[in-house]
Amino acid sequence: MIDRKWIGHETPASVLPIERSRLQFFSKAIGETQPIYTDRDAAQAAGYPDLPAPPTFLFAAELDSGAVDDLLAKLEIPLAKLLHGEQSFIYHQPACVGDTVTVTSRIDDIYDKKNGALEFVVKASKAVNQHGELVAEMRSVLVCRH
Amino acid sequence: MTFSPDTVQVGDKLPTLNLPAVDRTVLALFGGSSGDHNPVHIDIDFARRAGMPDVFAQGMLGMAWLGRLVTQWAPQARLRRFDARFQGITHLGNVISCTGRVVEKLVYEGTLCARIEVRSTNQYGQTKIAGEALVALN
Repeated sequence: MIDRKWIGHETPASVLPIERSRLQFFSKAIGETQPIYTDRDAAQAAGYPDLPAPPTFLFAAELDSGAVDDLLAKLEIPLAKLLHGEQSFIYHQPACVGDTVTVTSRIDDIYDKKNGALEFVVKASKAVNQHGELVAEMRSVLVCRH
Repeated sequence: MTFSPDTVQVGDKLPTLNLPAVDRTVLALFGGSSGDHNPVHIDIDFARRAGMPDVFAQGMLGMAWLGRLVTQWAPQARLRRFDARFQGITHLGNVISCTGRVVEKLVYEGTLCARIEVRSTNQYGQTKIAGEALVALN
């Protein structure tokens, strides 16, 4: 059983600089070929200052920083039992190469189904840029299978 | 259908995005570039110890594909919300198709938006991800 005392827990800030080569690598991995995601001139022609991060990229912030690993360790969820149940994004403004995005999260809920065979952790996150402006809100439902 | 904010209609279908069969290479590349280094997606020994027959796709890889479906139809700057429910594990060899359909036009925070139902399905017709996107029309 995941200790319910973690409801309300807040993660330390995860700072993610948006870097061009990383976005190009991410685009390669997902098969993204639209030039605005890999070519700065194309991005600028589309009105962006530089390459925009694709819609799901900001999920990387708390992976890179180790915040997710730390959280899973605190909650005592082994990687081998972890599944991703749901993910949502609310967008407020783009994050582009040159921006630095800071993500902080709060555990909003922990609950179980099937007599504890599955446990669910709801994590709500906010991503702000270097100007303190809200870039995106994220919500993750993590599943621990027993 | 080509995106045109003035003429989007409920029932319009987004151009389908067809992916190549999932292989170990794409899982390794996505693990590295997304920051998800969970070995269950890249190391068959770890996956087997976890009780899985083999490595399997990261959920966020499937969601990134659905993101491509939406942004190849409408510019990303119009995307307001994007939600995914992971309904089944995507296995090696799965050939995923991403489809989307406009199901509603609604006003969201003062902006007229199209609500798009999106779905990723393998070659056997099994749904892997069901989700929604809100795309601004003005």
